[in-house]
Amino acid sequence: MADGERAVRVALLDAVEPDGAAGGSVPAVPLTAAAPHLLSVGSLSGGVHTATLPDNCLVRNDWICPLYVQTRADVLLEAVEQHLYLVLVSLLAGALLAVPLAVLAHRVRRARGLTLGVTTAIYTIPSLALFILLVPMTGLTSTTVVIALALYSLTILVRNILVGLDGVDPEVRDAAAGMGLSSWRTLWRVEAPLALPAAMAGLRVAAVSTVALATVGAVIGNGGLGNLITSGYSSNFNAQVLTASVLCVVLAVAFDLLLLGAQRLATPWRRGVR
Amino acid sequence: MGWLTGIPAWFADPANWRGEAGVPTLFLQHLGYSAAALGLACLVALPVGVWLGHTGRGGVLAQQVGNAGRAVPVLALLGVLLLVPGFGRTWWTLILCLTLFAIPPILTNAYTGLREVDRGVVDAARGMGMSEGEVLRRVELPLATPLLMNGVRQAAVQVVATTSIAALFAFGGLGRIITRATGSAGIDLSAALAGTLLIAAFALVVEYGLAWAGHRADPVARARRTAQRRAVTTS
Repeated sequence: MADGERAVRVALLDAVEPDGAAGGSVPAVPLTAAAPHLLSVGSLSGGVHTATLPDNCLVRNDWICPLYVQTRADVLLEAVEQHLYLVLVSLLAGALLAVPLAVLAHRVRRARGLTLGVTTAIYTIPSLALFILLVPMTGLTSTTVVIALALYSLTILVRNILVGLDGVDPEVRDAAAGMGLSSWRTLWRVEAPLALPAAMAGLRVAAVSTVALATVGAVIGNGGLGNLITSGYSSNFNAQVLTASVLCVVLAVAFDLLLLGAQRLATPWRRGVR
Repeated sequence: MGWLTGIPAWFADPANWRGEAGVPTLFLQHLGYSAAALGLACLVALPVGVWLGHTGRGGVLAQQVGNAGRAVPVLALLGVLLLVPGFGRTWWTLILCLTLFAIPPILTNAYTGLREVDRGVVDAARGMGMSEGEVLRRVELPLATPLLMNGVRQAAVQVVATTSIAALFAFGGLGRIITRATGSAGIDLSAALAGTLLIAAFALVVEYGLAWAGHRADPVARARRTAQRRAVTTS
């Protein structure tokens, strides 16, 4: 087994899923790490001995376990809360930075190459590495995760806003100039609304991938639901891993649908187009 | 600032270059997992994407696969699969998971690339008497090459990143250097940053290397280059 981890398995789990132990495909779990969720169940029922453990989905280590959701509601809620915090703050920061950067890149030829080059390079750096890269500055905090996630969403947003701005028909721009609109008023009144669908599409992609990427923050202990996935995995706790995973996907889909709704509201003239 | 001087010291330490946990072994693991997954994903996604794009069918499918690939966290899928009996913590579970995440960009880009070929050009090719296979081979595929390569590049970078995340589940690869250096006891910043530099360098080499290769492989750009060279030599 990798890294000298001893293949100590909880006897109880072996007894419940005898096929799991065969072939050595089941993860090695240190007993100390495997114990917590069983111990706390034991303490609920007043005893720690495996013999006195009640027969419920926690003890059976079922994947789907309502009792887990019930008894760990506070832990789950806390993780969801951190996850939402990570996603919302980083999306907001990313968007606030992306708009001026994209406008600059759209208007100044030299800024365009530089912006796209730098953001592409940042986007290429894997999340695990980017989180660690920021640790010297902001430590093992959620701020580190937020900055990294903001940089990723910034890249997606800048590219999409640029696509939107580039897509504005030059004749429309000429018409605006002919009507006497200043360059900034053209941006605000003409270009921004026309670029909005592409920008919103970018925001949806950024939101969905940020929800997924936030889990990797677990490497520095600030991954929201990712913390539950990694700790659940290392203690062989099926219900926790599956519940946290499903919640992640649900969050991603919820963000996508909310933003789709916002996009419909913000661009009423496109209703019926698609 | 001790961590800063610790980085060159980490690289200079011969212990970090030897054996099971040494940089060469971890790098080869990382490369092996990534290459295997990328190869498998190409085998699956390129033909499907090209076929869907050629026939113009299944556009919704191609888009949805891309969306689903973004919404499911690597950590979630890997964590669940590793605990499912029958999969477990084996190398092929990892490769399966990496492949699943590499398929969407390849598929979506292949589909879009084929679809974006000018219909007029395709009709002209048919009008010249080309068979469907010839249209695909001699017209659509060459013109779609930039986007096909773009998909492969995106997938490659994604796979390299995903493989490093797998280290959170005690798999090998360069991510191991980072996960070994972090834990409940705190963080060995020098070692973690050394691993970070290696992973980032690997990913950047893959990104720019494949971007370059994609540019070289683009038949249109190549023809343009040749024409330019001829123009220069004749003038």
